[in-house]
Amino acid sequence: MLLPLSWLKEYVDIDDVTPKELEEKLFSCGFEVEELIDLGKDVSNVVVGLVTECEPIPDTHLHVCQVDAGEHGTFQICCGADNVRKGGKFPVALVGATVYATAKDHKTIEGVMTIKKGKLRGIESEGMLCSGVEIGVNENMYPGGDYCGLLEFPEDTPIGVDVKPIVGLDDYIFDVGITANRPDCQCITGLAREVAAVLNKEYKAPSLEYTMDSVTKDQFTVEVKAQDICPRYIGHYVHDVEIKESPLWMKRRLNLVGLDAISNIVDITNYVMLEMGQPMHAFDWNYIEGDKIVVRRAEDKEKIVTLDEQEYELNNNNLVICDGVKSVAIAGVMGGLNSEIRDTTTEVLFESAKFARDSIRKTSRALGKRTDASAKYEKGVDEYSTVNAMKRALHLVEELGCGKISSTHVDCNTGNSTEPREMVVSINKVNNVLGIEVPTEDIVRIMKNLDFNPVINGDELKLMIPAYREDMEDYPDVAEEVIRMYGYDHIISSFLPEAQVTMGGLNPRQKKELKLKRDLCSVGAYECIHYSFISPNDFNTLNLPDDAKERQAIRILNPINEDLSVMRTTLVPSMLNAISRNQKKANLQGKLFEVGNKFIAKSLPLTEYPDEVPTICIGIWGAKYDFYTLKSMANKVADTFFTEFKYVPCKKSFLHPYQAAAIMLGDVEIGFLGKVAYEVAEKLDLREDAYVCEIDMNTLMNLDTKASYTPLSKFADANRDLALLMNKDITCGQVEDVIKKSCKFIKNIKLFDVYEGKNIPEDKKSLAFSINFVPGEEEFEADAVDRFVKKILKNLKNDLDVDIRS
Amino acid sequence: MIERLNSIKQEILDGIENHANSRATAFELRKQFLDSKTGKIGQLMKEMKNIAPEERANFGKSVNELKDWASSVFADLDEKMKAKELELKYKAEKIDVTIDADSEETGNLHPITQMRNQLIDVFAGMGFEIFEGTEIENDYYNFTALNTPADHPARDMQDTFYLSPEFLLRTQTSAGQIHVMEKEKPPIKILSPGKVFRSDDDATHSPMFTQMEGLVVDKKITLCDLKGMLDMFVQKIYGEETTTRLRPSYFPFTEPSVEVDVSCFECGGKGCKLCKGTGWIEILGAGIVNKKVLENCGIDSEEYSGLAFGIGIERVAMLKYGINNIKHLFESDINVLNQINDN
Repeated sequence: MLLPLSWLKEYVDIDDVTPKELEEKLFSCGFEVEELIDLGKDVSNVVVGLVTECEPIPDTHLHVCQVDAGEHGTFQICCGADNVRKGGKFPVALVGATVYATAKDHKTIEGVMTIKKGKLRGIESEGMLCSGVEIGVNENMYPGGDYCGLLEFPEDTPIGVDVKPIVGLDDYIFDVGITANRPDCQCITGLAREVAAVLNKEYKAPSLEYTMDSVTKDQFTVEVKAQDICPRYIGHYVHDVEIKESPLWMKRRLNLVGLDAISNIVDITNYVMLEMGQPMHAFDWNYIEGDKIVVRRAEDKEKIVTLDEQEYELNNNNLVICDGVKSVAIAGVMGGLNSEIRDTTTEVLFESAKFARDSIRKTSRALGKRTDASAKYEKGVDEYSTVNAMKRALHLVEELGCGKISSTHVDCNTGNSTEPREMVVSINKVNNVLGIEVPTEDIVRIMKNLDFNPVINGDELKLMIPAYREDMEDYPDVAEEVIRMYGYDHIISSFLPEAQVTMGGLNPRQKKELKLKRDLCSVGAYECIHYSFISPNDFNTLNLPDDAKERQAIRILNPINEDLSVMRTTLVPSMLNAISRNQKKANLQGKLFEVGNKFIAKSLPLTEYPDEVPTICIGIWGAKYDFYTLKSMANKVADTFFTEFKYVPCKKSFLHPYQAAAIMLGDVEIGFLGKVAYEVAEKLDLREDAYVCEIDMNTLMNLDTKASYTPLSKFADANRDLALLMNKDITCGQVEDVIKKSCKFIKNIKLFDVYEGKNIPEDKKSLAFSINFVPGEEEFEADAVDRFVKKILKNLKNDLDVDIRS
Repeated sequence: MIERLNSIKQEILDGIENHANSRATAFELRKQFLDSKTGKIGQLMKEMKNIAPEERANFGKSVNELKDWASSVFADLDEKMKAKELELKYKAEKIDVTIDADSEETGNLHPITQMRNQLIDVFAGMGFEIFEGTEIENDYYNFTALNTPADHPARDMQDTFYLSPEFLLRTQTSAGQIHVMEKEKPPIKILSPGKVFRSDDDATHSPMFTQMEGLVVDKKITLCDLKGMLDMFVQKIYGEETTTRLRPSYFPFTEPSVEVDVSCFECGGKGCKLCKGTGWIEILGAGIVNKKVLENCGIDSEEYSGLAFGIGIERVAMLKYGINNIKHLFESDINVLNQINDN
């Protein structure tokens, strides 16, 4: 919110405080100044100059002038403006001055320039006479500010003095951040109250006085049909209105916060909104039909054209202000075109009302229309301001002499009191929140400064809370008021002197997860983190069939865009996209893993919490890697959890039909791995083959396996190599399973050769294994290993029709 | 006879001078003279019988002297040859040590995980347990229980991703703390790290980011305790010299609420580009738990009070490592991920 220093000064006497000090004070009591704007920062060394001589330069539009700049001297300056004249007083930028450079139109500012000595048409010129635009002044700041010739000062202006105070460039604007609990500070007087409190100064409230005459509109009524969202509506009729320009001081203030002056009546509504935080509206009485105002919810498909000539279609969620016949405003957002103030307006109905903040917010969002008024309502308006703003507006009507105040004042009130409310708190409790003992006299001073009227009675602090402080509820709120004014630098560090000791740290599950991540790093993989939501199109990329369970994903009702619109049911799409992005950046080889949740709904749409299944996903790519590289990483996962996986060939729509396996933990399928199918790789523009693996971590987490030690055998182990002949469709895993179950002394089985071709039948292949037998408590007998081998071969023959290769 | 001895001696010296250029040739040479059976010095002993008996003793002594001398000469020679050969071997193995090494690649934890682990280490040491809530929450736990009234701007569809009228993606990890406070009785000291979601997507915002929320509920918890705890945290993460500054702020679930700034760890508070000249960097929000929140969880707010703080892990990590764009954290570019190894 924009706070001009010059405006603030009307309510607090702060001539002894620099803008920087004020910024720090505001910051310390909870109002961060996001930007401190020095209005005159670009303009320097521009003083009032009197043109003492002014001769035209032949054949040009230029004049050569002698300019008396008082104590700075007299300078010869060439000037092309059409209003330069002998005896005139103008801003003169001395050599070395900075002013705005304008484009050829003399209006558009193109930057800041430094004035140098120069020659125009061979004539020396020491300085420049300036227009309003060139020193950053417009019509609302100083009369003649918009004129594209020179800005002219009155005859009695002293020469040689700095122009900044004259044109109001010695001002500062504070852009103040207001927290959501302080809507009362969304206005100049609200911040003035805070500034007065923090600086121990008096707050001078603006005048609310006015005199009503005897004119009335007796038939006029206000009916509020939606009291739940319009707790207060005040209307006041003003007659004998004369629409004119507002006085310069008002135009200037509106201008400082970026509002255009329009006409006295409209400017008063805007001025009061800025000053008191209460949006106001003025209707042209002549266009209010039926002598009444009705506040109601809009009908479905009801249409209204607003002041800015836009038509909106409304519905039952929107609140409208109507007369006896038609709607005349979208409540709290914008007035209707049909009843706007015109140059011909002679009678006005002022509106000051309180509307529910979420109602206005929803309407404003739904219509895509945000106005200064709707912004204020969204943050919250209190009724104290609703009442006082009307008084202030009527005071200004009187002060500006732009109308007469009738006695017709209608106030529909179902809301809160505007009187202060009593609150009693314990000083001890306040101090207990803070952890320090704030001297009672400081608490009293702070409460007084905030206009809380404190009365102390022992530990009891009785306060009268002004109605605009709706945020004040209990002693913690008082504690906050005390400490923000007393100063947070009084808070000293302590470390729970009264608290009980607790044991901290990761639980076993969290430790296992971290160990898993570290183990995957140790085999060269980088951890990555992806969004929990993906694109529904990702399921198409994976060629998943229509009835695939992965497609049963939870949808976000209001996603940022379609690409981030469903909760992931698999981590594979995010991983494949990451691989694709890396390959596009010429990272042609790599290993990534992610540990994250997939979201499995128990029902759709959601009626209960879905399952969030912790899942491991590994992706690798590059010429150096193959299926077995990824498999070794999957085995690493098994190792982490002190278990073993089995791999069974499987089919997945996005994996290579002959390089894919289901990962089995016992009889339970807990994941898969494989080479990314070429069709999928093509859609992702992959240049290098990629491999992907996904494992459900829940089952692994629930295993009760743990690190353990097997004593080394005291006796010699034995090795045997077996070359076996079998049908081509038998897998290594099947053979290994049979070997393994044939003898309990087998520690390790390693495949060392695969052969097909000459010397063996066409439909057969040969696999050669090296088997390691390790004795247990006793040494192997002389022929023991031979017996083991015999049993293995017998089982292989029986189960798989495998023969020893001779 | 003496001449013979002298000539052998000379022969040895000449042999060394002219032929011994390696350990092997030196050994061969030694064998010619000192081999117990065929060596020339050994052979001399066999000639003892041809020596006049009175000279035998003298002769034997001289031969032994020669033998000793030769042994020592050959031993020295062997040492020398050994040294020479080693030197050659070393020379032959000369490499260019400036050639870059091929390293066995190990991966890294994600920078967010690394930062998360560091924060957990600090707070675990202070007695915090780690509790991870769910990413999908319902409206009550994410908002209502946290004293965020129905018409609060934070509940607007603009900020929150809704999955149904009731379920949403949590916007803050505080949601999980309500579950803990409902189940456990004080003393409670929990740290809740996790993914949170807000409908923001621009240069500085990501629709998903990571928060770490801390909560302490016990008797007589004060703002001073909050400052003490946060001072300790920033000193562990950013260095012993770091201090904190509290300033008023607003969150629905804490009262009083504060923003916490740390003294700039880049410039030490003098003012620099990182702290935008202020000497301070905003890192987290905190406060005394709003008594309504305790009451919503069935905790007696007359007996117990609490403190809470929420840290944006991305922000802390980006500040610590100088990562300039939050989006880099979620793009999985190996060239980003391989830069940070701080755990």
